[in-house]
Amino acid sequence: MIALALPATTTDEGFVPPTISDTHYPNILPWGGEYGIWFEAGFGKQMLMIILSVVLISTFFLIASRKGKMVPGKMQFLGEMSYGFVRNSVGKDIIGGKDFMKYVPWLFTAFFFIIVNNLFGAIPGLQLPSFSHPGSAYAIAAIFYILWVGIGIQKHGLRYFKLAVVPSGVPWYILPIVVPIEIISNFLVRPVTHSLRLFATMLAGHLIVMLAGSAIEFMATSGSILLAGTSVLVLGGALAMYMLEILIMVLQAYVFTLLAAIYIEGALNADAH
Amino acid sequence: MDGNLNLVGYGLSAIGGGIGVGLVFAAYINGVARQPEAQRVLQPIAFLGLALTEALAILGLVFAFVL
Repeated sequence: MIALALPATTTDEGFVPPTISDTHYPNILPWGGEYGIWFEAGFGKQMLMIILSVVLISTFFLIASRKGKMVPGKMQFLGEMSYGFVRNSVGKDIIGGKDFMKYVPWLFTAFFFIIVNNLFGAIPGLQLPSFSHPGSAYAIAAIFYILWVGIGIQKHGLRYFKLAVVPSGVPWYILPIVVPIEIISNFLVRPVTHSLRLFATMLAGHLIVMLAGSAIEFMATSGSILLAGTSVLVLGGALAMYMLEILIMVLQAYVFTLLAAIYIEGALNADAH
Repeated sequence: MDGNLNLVGYGLSAIGGGIGVGLVFAAYINGVARQPEAQRVLQPIAFLGLALTEALAILGLVFAFVL
């Protein structure tokens, strides 16, 4: 888990902590060349892991649901239980109503896509959550942004934008203040925080483990017996942070799905609140 | 010693988010302890509160790197 695939961060001048640029691995297959300084296309580790996650999830659920037995086996039970969790505790409890089943596939896909991609960060050898790159987090949040704005327009027509930004029961003289705040919070800040929450927690957790790994490497190879002994303490602390990271990875997948469900519900019932 | 003062500022601003998340979960635990059957109702509300409070800390992190 630790010090695997770590870039060489120790030099003669002392301990150099890893930076964010160390989380971006060089591309495996460069293609398309460079598009200016801001954007360089290529096939990186995160893309490979996203493809791997799609293969893993679809294989698991295809095997789990291949034979629908009356008395489920182990695989079928696991698949049904995880599906039931998303459907009941996210879909039914948040969206509710008659037609929440229409949106369960979206939530289900998002939940398992995110949870598997996050847990890649806890697997030695892979050891990089795909969403520690902001690009992947922006993409998945953008899909849900388009989805819930689309649901609102489909349900209420263009009146949806008025319903979403003008709260009912507010005196007219406060509206010039409230409406801009609502526009900013509902249509600008909301998708940004939706994606950055996932990205920032994954990046921070990855950085902590990376920092601990390079610190252990530096202390253990420093030559001083006292420093090498202290590195055992760092290892213990790093293990505790690693366990906390696994908890946060699962929690963030749940939070992302929950927020997506809340936004969809808000778009569906825009006239109610 | 070099570094960026933004990160010190971010550390200070994260105190607010930390207190907020603590308050949200304190209220949630209180509620569940008093009425355990309300857990299903309170759980999404608690996580929504967590997410909204955490958004401030996330914006702070972004500004710490951007500015």
